[in-house]
Amino acid sequence: MDQLAVSVTSIGLSHFLVLGVIMLGIGVVGVFLRRNVLITLMSIELMLNAGNLTLLAFARAQHDMRGQALAFLVIAVAAAEAAIGLAIVVGVFRNRRNTDLDDLNLLRY
Amino acid sequence: MSVTESFPLYLIVLLPFLGAALNLLFGRRMSNGLVSLIACGSVAGAALVATKAVWILAHDLGVKGALTDQLFKGDWITAGDLHIAAGLALDRLSAIMVLVVTWIALLIHIYATGYMEHEADYSRFFGYLNLFTGSMLILILGDSFPVTFVGWEGVGLCSYLLIGFWYSEDKNATAGRKAFIVNRIGDFGFLLGMCLLYTAIGTLKYSELSSHLMQLRMPLWQGWPTAYWVALLIFVGCAGKSAQIPLYVWLPDAMAGPTPVSALIHAATMVTAGVYVVARTHVIFDITPSAAQMTVAGIGAVTALMAATIGIVQKDFKRVLAYSTVSQLGFMFVGVGTGAYVAGIFHLMTHAFFKAGLFLGAGSVMHAMGGEGDITKMGGLGKHMPITRWTFFVYCLAIAGIVPFAGFFSKDAILAGAFASHFEMAPTASAFQQHMIEWYPKLLWGILALAALCTAFYMWRLYFTVFTGRFRGTPEQEHHLHESPSEMTIPLIVLAAGALLAGLIGVPEIMVHGLPESVEHVLTFFNSWLVPSVLPASPEPHEHAVEWGLMAAATLISLGGIGLAAALYRGGISRTAESAKEKLKPVYNLLFNKYYVDEFYDLIIVRPLRVLAKVLWKAADAVVVDGGLTKVGPAIVGFVAGLTRRIQSGDVQRYLVAVVVGTAGILFVSTYWLPYAGVQGEVAKQGRKVTLDLSRGRVPDGRLVYQIDWDGDGKYEIVNTRFTKGHVHEYQNPGTYKIVVEARDPQWGVVKHSNDFFGARVPMTVTVE
Repeated sequence: MDQLAVSVTSIGLSHFLVLGVIMLGIGVVGVFLRRNVLITLMSIELMLNAGNLTLLAFARAQHDMRGQALAFLVIAVAAAEAAIGLAIVVGVFRNRRNTDLDDLNLLRY
Repeated sequence: MSVTESFPLYLIVLLPFLGAALNLLFGRRMSNGLVSLIACGSVAGAALVATKAVWILAHDLGVKGALTDQLFKGDWITAGDLHIAAGLALDRLSAIMVLVVTWIALLIHIYATGYMEHEADYSRFFGYLNLFTGSMLILILGDSFPVTFVGWEGVGLCSYLLIGFWYSEDKNATAGRKAFIVNRIGDFGFLLGMCLLYTAIGTLKYSELSSHLMQLRMPLWQGWPTAYWVALLIFVGCAGKSAQIPLYVWLPDAMAGPTPVSALIHAATMVTAGVYVVARTHVIFDITPSAAQMTVAGIGAVTALMAATIGIVQKDFKRVLAYSTVSQLGFMFVGVGTGAYVAGIFHLMTHAFFKAGLFLGAGSVMHAMGGEGDITKMGGLGKHMPITRWTFFVYCLAIAGIVPFAGFFSKDAILAGAFASHFEMAPTASAFQQHMIEWYPKLLWGILALAALCTAFYMWRLYFTVFTGRFRGTPEQEHHLHESPSEMTIPLIVLAAGALLAGLIGVPEIMVHGLPESVEHVLTFFNSWLVPSVLPASPEPHEHAVEWGLMAAATLISLGGIGLAAALYRGGISRTAESAKEKLKPVYNLLFNKYYVDEFYDLIIVRPLRVLAKVLWKAADAVVVDGGLTKVGPAIVGFVAGLTRRIQSGDVQRYLVAVVVGTAGILFVSTYWLPYAGVQGEVAKQGRKVTLDLSRGRVPDGRLVYQIDWDGDGKYEIVNTRFTKGHVHEYQNPGTYKIVVEARDPQWGVVKHSNDFFGARVPMTVTVE
């Protein structure tokens, strides 16, 4: 019991931050490399959640509830983004029967 | 007693502007009746408020009293040290102008409702006319140069708009442009005068001018005082607006506008603005030596004579009147130029009555003639239009200067003032110059007397040619001859009453001698209203005999002119007149062609400008711009665009990479690189005492927190300081020491040491003996 308590308290701010960086990194790589729009959207969500995690970690560490409030805003924005993003994807798919990012390059020079 | 009281003077200005706004914005959808109601009503309202204000001024305030009205809280214009407040002020001088302008404007508005009744663009005309009235009132009521200047430019604009009112004819539009451009030359002078005055005395308020006489007397340039140059520059403006040599050429052409416009703007009000401004700023002109005054008076006299001689031979009804206006304005300038300010302003007022009347009479005649303006095609109109004829008769008597009509008293005052005036020269003047100065007033008087002779002659030539004898136009025109409607004849009658009576408030002192005091008070009212509270007293001949003699001479001259005109033109253009014209053909041509001044200006100004414009067009525009720039520019843009557009690949993922890399880059530079790259240090040694100065770089004081380790032992001697200067350390022993500086950015929590300050030069070691 005692042992466990020690190990739990040893999880500090930096652990959360590192996890946040890892999540952000996965998200970035996903967005950069994956061709499927849906996966890309998910990666974006992952990046947003990395941000959320960082916000919450700082809020907790500094006893400042504003971070938590901001996280709620981010969640709301993420929801809206997902809704619009998916709607766009559906729209694109109906038109082109394809959601591969490499083929969606009509807006080029 | 000098009292100023607050009064909503802005109403006087606002009402006409309101009328203008309504008529210009919504006039097309309103009936003509409503348009004229708004136009006349707003001017009538302004006239009533103005009258009320003058009433208060006359009854409740002392002779130096003024009603004031601040237009803005605080300053109107602020720029650096320049502070200009905008306000309106009504003193005894502007009171006269305001009454003349509002009431005559009202009469002319009423007249115009009849004159313009068949006009398609009815509302635009009245909108402009209201706009003019408002601007003129600003000009008059402004309490300082800049406010007056706003009105000054406003009336200039309205003048342009109304001269070119019938713009579909090229001639009219050109006349409008000519008026505008010539006036711009004058306005530029006015503006320069204003700037010079401000730099000299730091204020532009009229009421503060007299408390800066010292600065105004200071020599500025060529040994002449500041006041002289300011006066000259302002007079350039006045010469433009009031049509004096050399800028008078626009006024005769301005007759292209509708006749009510000629009456209101180009006879009664706007063109007198220059005279008013000179009187308003008389302090500047009064300062000795009187070179500025002499310039004003001299130009006025020459203009008076020159324009009067041109008027003798002109054939166009309105053109004769236009030159007459130029000539009469010359008289006024002689008045204000010889220090007889009261006489000048008095003539301004009486002239407003009879000249507005003359123009309205001309309009009435041309209305009956179907727009024909050539007097050689008229004749015998008197029996068809008796009211026009007899009112015109009164005006002609007034302008010729016959007792007791208005023109007699005002012109007499100017002539007497000119005769009795006295000029002073700078002490350095030569004996010859002194001699000239003594004769200058007599010369002015002589020129004016000659001009008065011409005036009487050309006016009565006009009268006899138009109203007596047989009709010389087409039978069709004769069939249409009719008296004008009552909205046109009533203003004529009112103005005739003014032309008859207005002079009676400015009777010379010697004529009222021995009359009951109350009568005397009325008869000399004008002089006592202005002198000595607002304007200095006019110069007067010392001996009564001289004054009577001058008066008699002036009357005889006028009667001579009338007699000559009657002999030559009574009952139609006589054979003698025709033969005289043939005999004096060269003179006639010279006068008929207005001394070829327009041609001269065309040769020395207009043509060179055109040539220059053509050269610039062909060389600069056609070759450089159209040939070069229009091709080179697009070529460069096209080339650069061809390269950079490749960034726009259409691949969303590449964009995202750019966004992420860019964000990371910005973050790195701003938080990590920038704060440290600027750190620079310098070491100064004094024995073992070493001073480290970190302030040489671009890092602002307080941005970073420093710690300094003087001997490289990993222990910081100076901790947590935001100061970049004044770090001193004295070493105990000689040797070479390693200095380590640590800089922490409190904003981002980044810490760096001097060995990796991104290319920054902080000394790492120091050697002490």
